[in-house]
Amino acid sequence: MALVEIRDVHKSFQRDTQRIDVFDGITLDIDEGSFLALMGPSGSGKSTLLNLIAGLDKPTSGTITVAGAHVSEMKPGQLAAWRARHIGFVFQSFNLLPVLTAYQNVELPLLLTRLSKRERDERVKLALGVVGLEDRMSHYPRQLSGGQEQRVSIARAIVADPTVILLDEPTGQLDAKSSQEVLTLLRRLNDEFKKTIVIVTHDANAAERATTVLHLEKGNLIRGDAVPSLRSSEASAAVGRSR
Amino acid sequence: MKYLPLVLANLGRHKRRTVLTIASVALALFLFASLQTVVTTIAAAANFGSARRLVSTNATGIVFTLPIAYANRLQAVPGVQSVTWANWFGGRYGDGKTFFATFAIDPKSYLEMYPEMVMPPEQKEAFLRERTAALVGKHLMETFGWKVGQNVSMQGTIFPGDWTFTIRAVYVPTDPQIGEDVLMFHHEYMEERLNRPGLAGWYILKIDHTENAAPIAKTIDDMFKNSSFATKTGTEQAFNASFATMWGNVSLLMGTIGMAVVFAILLVTANAMMMGARERTREVAVLKTIGFSDRTLFGVVMLEAVVIGATGALIGLGGAKLLYKTTHFSAGGFLPGFDVTTNTLVLGSAVALVLMVASGLVPAVRAARLPVVSALRQVA
Repeated sequence: MALVEIRDVHKSFQRDTQRIDVFDGITLDIDEGSFLALMGPSGSGKSTLLNLIAGLDKPTSGTITVAGAHVSEMKPGQLAAWRARHIGFVFQSFNLLPVLTAYQNVELPLLLTRLSKRERDERVKLALGVVGLEDRMSHYPRQLSGGQEQRVSIARAIVADPTVILLDEPTGQLDAKSSQEVLTLLRRLNDEFKKTIVIVTHDANAAERATTVLHLEKGNLIRGDAVPSLRSSEASAAVGRSR
Repeated sequence: MKYLPLVLANLGRHKRRTVLTIASVALALFLFASLQTVVTTIAAAANFGSARRLVSTNATGIVFTLPIAYANRLQAVPGVQSVTWANWFGGRYGDGKTFFATFAIDPKSYLEMYPEMVMPPEQKEAFLRERTAALVGKHLMETFGWKVGQNVSMQGTIFPGDWTFTIRAVYVPTDPQIGEDVLMFHHEYMEERLNRPGLAGWYILKIDHTENAAPIAKTIDDMFKNSSFATKTGTEQAFNASFATMWGNVSLLMGTIGMAVVFAILLVTANAMMMGARERTREVAVLKTIGFSDRTLFGVVMLEAVVIGATGALIGLGGAKLLYKTTHFSAGGFLPGFDVTTNTLVLGSAVALVLMVASGLVPAVRAARLPVVSALRQVA
């Protein structure tokens, strides 16, 4: 049984009088421990798919199950609690709270848990250690480089030990060097910590780090080429029926 | 409490705006407390007075005088134990702009009538002995840095001319409604200067039993009914209450102004909160993505309003309490015992609570209802 099961999902938006169909019956399995890259042109529905998996948006029809939980059927209150426990989200534009330090930003997801202050402290330091920013804990986002900001954002995404980490164009605003640092970090999270990662990207270099690459075009999923050296990885994404 | 650092960080985002918002709340509640205290002080003044003291004034109005000759006749009324009289002077001090309450009194009988005014015996003797002596409240002495033995010159307004008195005694009232911002001097001296012997502003009578107040008052008023100077006699409380009603419907006026100020500040605060919330649309969406529930975000935004409101209330209400207490403010002796009461503080806190809820509600609901996907898309 896959960690993420997307079954016959339809998604359409209403823009003024026009109905826009993003997905028309998409089916996808994402196994635990896999590193999936979703590529495709703008407007192909990559971010929408991430939002659906994260429970930020509801499918028009179809079901989405993550670790056995029927995400598409949850109520808003349940979704928030579920998201806090199971989803780590990384944005293209980092989206750190500028008034909080790196430490406080990373601590945010833990405020929603019952962990004590001491336990939270340990976890935050561990997460910042994993991303190599233990010496930047008291820095504010404006005092960090873009790459460092994104690493803090990743630390925030992993600090609560989520079931899936979803990344929406994580290298989109980074220079080449910072991009490589972030991608190496993601690879490490997948290899060492066995984290299930789904990354939306336009960047071929980023996709190369994934074990499976899928292309989204006009709402259809097409299996792409994964990097040869990683092709043998157990992590895989099974593309189901797509139209 | 674990969300407090987040709340404080949000408030620290635009420090100047937060400070100004808190200052506006503080000012509104300070004004509210001040206006409310005017009402409570006037009400307390109306309630002040011994039930065993009656006041006789000219039936035409308090600004008209009564003959001094009435004193003996009043003293002779059955049930009346003692009689004294006083006259409003109303001068100005210093540059002619400084004003405080000033009375001409019959010294000996007045001090016997008001044992609530306490002073050292030797000072009392000195005041009684000297015709140009003045008796001054302790706070008034402190306000102008006066010393016993010092001459004080006043410019008469109702009774023109320069009037110089020598401070011989300083009193401390045992009842705050008597006030400490008053200067009193010999009625006889005023009469002599004015060359109008034989007129008093009003009479104060001490009676034997409180239950005799109404019949004694009637006896007095009947006695002078057909004279050129008819009297109007009532209890001291009724006399003070009539002063209060001279201000008109002060409670309504002050209450209306107070609430108008609070409402205006409510709009300012709500606007500032709305601006803050609108600027953070993206952050609210991010927090929702992290897993913050609608209820938690509602609570966080409301907590911001609470911090602003509570800080403003603490400064505004606490400041009013402290300021009036330490400065012994009495509006030139017109509002003796001016002090923010516990009831006013409670009422002010309730107003602050309403202010917090009302100003925080709209942005809090907006944050809770924010559709996260469209909010993220908007700012992406």
